[in-house]
Order: sequence, then structure tokens, then C-alpha cells
Amino acid sequence: MPVLRWIRRNLVVIAGLLTLAYMILPNIVVMVFSFNKPKGRFNYSWQQFSLEAWKDPCGVADLCGSLSLSLQIAFWATLGATALGTMIAFALVRYRFRARGAINSLIFLPMAMPEVVMAASLLTLFLNMGAQLGFWTVLIAHIMFCLSFVVTAVKARVMSMDPRLEEAARDLYAGPVQTFVRVTLPIAAPGIAAGALLAFALSFDDFIITNFNAGSTVTFPMFVWGSAQRGTPVQINVIGTAMFVIAVLMVLVGQLIASRRKSNARN
Amino acid sequence: MSATEAPPAPAEPQEPVLRKPSTRKRLVPYWLLLPGILWLLVFFALPLVYQASTSVQTGSLEQGFEVTWHFQTYVDALREYYPQFIRSLLYAGTATILCLLLGYPLAYLIAFKAGRWRNLVLVLVIAPFFTSFLIRTLAWKTILADGGAVVDLLNTLHVLDVTSWLGWTESGRVLATPMAVVCGLTYNFLPFMILPLYTSLERIDGRLHEAAGDLYATPATTFRKVTFPLSMPGVVSGTLLTFIPASGDYVNAELLGSTDTKMVGSVIQSQFLRVLDYPTAAALSFILMAIVLLAVTVYIRRSGTEDLV
Repeated sequence: MPVLRWIRRNLVVIAGLLTLAYMILPNIVVMVFSFNKPKGRFNYSWQQFSLEAWKDPCGVADLCGSLSLSLQIAFWATLGATALGTMIAFALVRYRFRARGAINSLIFLPMAMPEVVMAASLLTLFLNMGAQLGFWTVLIAHIMFCLSFVVTAVKARVMSMDPRLEEAARDLYAGPVQTFVRVTLPIAAPGIAAGALLAFALSFDDFIITNFNAGSTVTFPMFVWGSAQRGTPVQINVIGTAMFVIAVLMVLVGQLIASRRKSNARN
Repeated sequence: MSATEAPPAPAEPQEPVLRKPSTRKRLVPYWLLLPGILWLLVFFALPLVYQASTSVQTGSLEQGFEVTWHFQTYVDALREYYPQFIRSLLYAGTATILCLLLGYPLAYLIAFKAGRWRNLVLVLVIAPFFTSFLIRTLAWKTILADGGAVVDLLNTLHVLDVTSWLGWTESGRVLATPMAVVCGLTYNFLPFMILPLYTSLERIDGRLHEAAGDLYATPATTFRKVTFPLSMPGVVSGTLLTFIPASGDYVNAELLGSTDTKMVGSVIQSQFLRVLDYPTAAALSFILMAIVLLAVTVYIRRSGTEDLV
């Protein structure tokens, strides 16, 4: 049977594409259901086509407030984690110092621990200190768990850097600051950018640690969690879809610019 | 600098590496490390100490808690919540294996078969991330809904009869059963499996495949003897990145499961945030941490890849 033979030959491709479909399917559902007009409070079954939610994405109380809060927290958490993480990564790759093993495990452990453990223990600290739960406790928590991921991303890049480039800069009478700004930083930039992007995504989408340490502050994931109990407005799907489309467009534009540059460089 | 050589004149240029750095320079790494490490010590390590102390306290919310070295809390917590622990490990383990089985072909496809489509497929793997995972998990409520296309199909094919017999589903429905929770866990952590797998597969030299073929290895043998062993670092880090977060997750169990599918994360969450029984919650969280760290250490030792980070 030629059909069976074709299937056997392309088994890996078929299995891979099925997995891809499994991964994309929920996004398609989210997108389709952003055009739904549900009966009742929950948007789980298809009723009829409607553009209402798209015309008024902030039409639900607190939704856009939580979104902007999440964006703010993600912004500051990214800034903090990227700055601290990049410094650690440079120290780890470029210098010798005592207690390297202990520091390495301190950075690895947060990634090897279920989030709920970090969330619960941080809450015990805040409760013991009598800290007011809210924006600041969430920000502190986010910087903490994003830090290790930034270190890993930047470290990989700095490690693959050719140290002779910096030596060459020094030979050409560049001072330490100039060498760092003009040579080291541009080469490390992709690693730092990758770390920052990762931190932003992790912080923006974090639920478990935020759930424990936010008090009555409502971030976007917390809003979605609450709505799963109270009733899911269609606007959630609108925002989910919009974020998806914006991100994919950004990636595509980035690719386009990169390939343009490449072909320009070739000419 | 050996002693047999004449001491170099102070003005003579030396190798920068051999020059003894000034105190200020020697302190540079410590200044670089200080803020980040301090942050981790205060907001990651110190809380674990506080949690350990909370777990051996007794008292009430009104009168305050006091350290009484009451280790009985651990025993009681384990006795009461061992089903949730077993369930967590079982669900997380199953989801990890499923992620590996589903993720490997896709990672292989991206690394070796996608050609000019590689970047597009990679974007499609990462893109779902940009919609909040809670929204995507809620979408599974629609997909697996009673009377939906998926459940109807599985019923027609009598798949649900088999899974019901195995205890994975109940009475012809998928939602609010272990199968829904495992399905959600698998879905949520698949990218964490695929990306490390892809990274380690991509590093494999394509000529090794040709060499294996030249030596009369069948594609299956090539995979078993060449490709899979070389992708082991990806398998190890992928399984860790899947199992660790899955074992503590309570989102999937709460959104897609029922009270019979509660995982230990749900218990910790409700003890901490609703019941406000801090000692029990802290003890549970500590046991979970111990189990996961132990499992991870044994696993890394056995698979022989200790230089993961």
C-alpha cells in the first residue's frame, strides 16, 4: 500500500505536526471564542458571532487596570532582574572568587524548586516581617525568580565571547569603561536581550507566586483566575488574542528586518 | 613568576594576567555579585528558613504562633494528605513522559526535517506563550467539554470506555477527571520539553547520521545508537523543566479537575490562603521541596549529566 508506506516514511513529520496542532489548538479556540456572544456568565460554549467584545475590550470592570498593573510589574521586574542577573553572569564568567560553588547552587536552586514552595516560603517571610502585601511584594518576588533565568541566558552568551576582542580594544588604548561600552556590551547584548525577554514573559504570565504574595492586588493572571470562578468575560479572549497577534507580528517583523540586513550586507 | 629569573624592572611591561591585581580590582567580582546574591539570600534562602521554623510552630492566628518543635505536624500532614502527594507525583510523572513522547518528534522535526520552515515552526512552538497560560488552560474546558467534538469522537471510538475502566475518566466525560488534568499539565509544559530537546538535537553533526547509514545501520538503529544518546542532555533538562513545575502546579488541577483530582499544590494554597493553618502549609511545602530535590538529585546522578547549569 503506497499510502501506508508514505505514512511510515513520514512518521516523524506526522507525529511532530500532530504535537504542534495540540499546542496551537487552545490558541485557536481562544481566538474563535473572542468573537462569541455567550449566554450566561461563562464563555465556554459557542453561541453566536459578535464583535462586541472587540469593540469594547476594557468594558469589564478592573480588566484593563489589571492588565496595566501586570505590564508595569513585568517592566520593573525585567529591569531589576536583568541588571542584577547580568552583573552576576559577568562575575561568574570573568572572575575567580571564593564560594563559587555555593553561589552557583544559590542561582540554580530557584529553578529546581516547585513554584508553590517559593511562593509559600516568601509569604511566610512577608507575614513574619509584617509587610503590606501588594505591588512591592509582587515585584520583589518576580525579580527573585526571574534572576536565575537571566543569569543563565547571559552567562551562555558571555562564555562564548572571544576575550581577545577586549584585549585588542585595550591594545588600541581603550580605557576599561570604553572597552566595556563599545566592545563587551554590544557582544553580550543578544544574551542580555534574551534574558530580559524571558524575564518579561515569566513575570507577565506568573500566577502561583503572585497568587500567594499579592494580597488584594489583582494582576492580569489573577483577574483571569478570579473570572474562572465568577464568570469569564469575552474580553479576556480578546486580550489573549491581541497579545498573541502582536507578539507574532513582532517576531515576523524582526525576522524580516534581520533578513533584509543580511541581504544588504551581502550586496 | 619563578624565583630563578632576575626580578623584572618595575617599568617593564608584564603579561596582564600575571600581574597581581590591586585590591580594588580584586573586589570587582564581589561588587558585581553583591546585589543579586543578596536579593536571592534575603528573598529566596531566608524565606526557606522562615518556612522551616513556621512548620514546627504551634498556635493560632489570634494568639500568634510559637516555635515548639512540634514535628508531629509533619506526620499529621503526611497522614492526611498523602493521596494528594501521590497524585501530584503520578500526574507530574505521567505528564513528563507524555511531554517526552509528544515533544521528541516535534523537536526532531524542527532540528532535522523542517528545512526552510524551521524558524516558522519554532515561532509556532513559542507563540502560544504570549497568551496567558490561564486563558489557554481555560480553553481546554471548551475543547474537552461534555458533548463537544473531542468527547463525542472518543465516545464513538469507545476510547472513553477503556479509560474509564482504567480509572482515568468517569462516565463518558473527560472534564473533571484525572485525564483532563494530565492533558492540561502535558499541554502547559510541552514547550519546556521541546526547547531543550531541540537545542541538543540541533548540535548533533548531520554527518554522524550519514556515517551510521554508511555502516549499514537502519534508520531505527541510527536513532537508537546515535541520535538518542547524543540528545540525552536535552532529555534530562527537558524532563526536569517539566516535572519540577508540574509537581507543584495547582492551576490545572483546579481548573480542569475536580475535588478527586486535587494535587498537593492545591492543598498548600488553600491551607495558606484560605484555612490559614500556616504550620501545616509550611510542612507540606517543605515535604514537597524535599521530595522534588531528592528526586532531581538522584535523577541527575543516574543520568550522568551533572554539568547542566
